Amino acid sequence: MIESAGSEATDPASEGPAATTSSGNAEPLIKVSALREGTVIDHLVAGTALKVLKILGIPREGAVTIGLNLESRKGGQKDIIKIERREVSPQEVEKIALLSPRATFSIIRDFKVVRKFKPTLPEVIDNLIRCPNPSCVSSDDRVATRFHVARTDPLKVRCHYCERALKKEDIEHL
Amino acid sequence: MTSIAAVLEGRDLISMRDFTRDELLAFLDEAERFEDFERPIMAGKIMGSLFFEPSTRTHLSFTSAVQRLGGTTLGFADARVSSTAKGESLADTIRMVENYCDIILIRHHLEGAARLAAESSNLPVVNAGDGTNQHPTQTLLDLYTIRQKRGRLDNLKIAFVGDLKYSRTVHSLIETLTHFDNEIFLISPTSLRIPSEFLEDLDARGTVYSEDEDFFSLSSDVDIIYTTRIQEERFPDPIEYEKVKNAYRIDLETMLRVGTEVTLMHPLPRVNEIATDLDDYPGAAYFDQARNGVTVRKAVLCMLLGIDRD
Ligand SMILES: [Zn+2]
Repeated sequence: MIESAGSEATDPASEGPAATTSSGNAEPLIKVSALREGTVIDHLVAGTALKVLKILGIPREGAVTIGLNLESRKGGQKDIIKIERREVSPQEVEKIALLSPRATFSIIRDFKVVRKFKPTLPEVIDNLIRCPNPSCVSSDDRVATRFHVARTDPLKVRCHYCERALKKEDIEHL
Repeated sequence: MTSIAAVLEGRDLISMRDFTRDELLAFLDEAERFEDFERPIMAGKIMGSLFFEPSTRTHLSFTSAVQRLGGTTLGFADARVSSTAKGESLADTIRMVENYCDIILIRHHLEGAARLAAESSNLPVVNAGDGTNQHPTQTLLDLYTIRQKRGRLDNLKIAFVGDLKYSRTVHSLIETLTHFDNEIFLISPTSLRIPSEFLEDLDARGTVYSEDEDFFSLSSDVDIIYTTRIQEERFPDPIEYEKVKNAYRIDLETMLRVGTEVTLMHPLPRVNEIATDLDDYPGAAYFDQARNGVTVRKAVLCMLLGIDRD
């Protein structure tokens, strides 16, 4: 289910079972808002949630809630994803950080946030990004791709081989 | 050899980005000691010279450097004779060739090929040009020539003229000059302006620069004019090319208007962007660049191989 734009964007850390009783009849929205087990990825750059979901893959079971263009308390718009019964791997976090360096991850167990963190970009990114330069030696499938983070905000990475700089909007995931 | 120069032993020379300002200066200082130096200190050393893409001038320059120091070369000047043409991976070719030589020189049309070669070999690898990316000995010889002609690498007014969009030589020299404190003038037709990522780098490094289309916007106290060829194939409309070609052509009359103290550089080959009547002009440095190329390459090869001149 996709929450409608402009709906109340809550901080996952402040959510708990109590949230399910905050309103009498809005149970579908509320029900998915409170996670028993899973991951909440908040403060995603607006418009990136579907790309993030592509990175994570849609699980066979467990609800996935996506909020698009929600109003952020910090101003502007953001996306949010809640996934039931799924924790993210460090490699997935790294990929998501490339799309949205200021995202926050909350790992929920038994309705409690057991861990909340922001991703840190590694200095070297191996085999996550495709170099878009057709004349780059890494366009040969036998060569693993490697990028160096040249600047974190706004994100700029440089191909280890052809040395082309890519801005965030040019980054293509493998 | 200085201690910094000693640190360069066993290193690869792939990209100017890999070196600090002090390391660049160590290359240039060592190169000065190789001016007119011709003793067989490379005797018994073999340079594997792999030109997957032909480049006659670079090939000749490196071969001359090795032979002047008594070394020998093996390899190929054209990829059609190599087994890569039969589908062998670059890494495999390098692993084979490293058994035959002491240092590897590679020229390749793919960007990053030299980096990949260096990662596949324990020998020092020198990049002799990888596509539009890097050609570090060209940049070193340009720096060497600037210092030779002006006596310093700081506090200069340096103009780049012509094709600033596609010229690898210009991009690499401009970026390397950000290690030093100079004022940069960028003169080009609008369609061949320098890509914005280089301007961002100049901004980030605090280098003062300006852009203009008009050659005569240059002030008369400019120290260096570095001009490049504008290639006809960059212009879909031949009439546009004709206009641009003549707007950036430099001859004696132009130089008299700009100033006769100016050092005039060009990576060669030239077509008509510098008139031949300038060849005897005292500031004409383009043939010195070719000569300095051999000097710098002698020094680079010996430093990476750990051969002391004395
Ligand atoms: Zn690349």
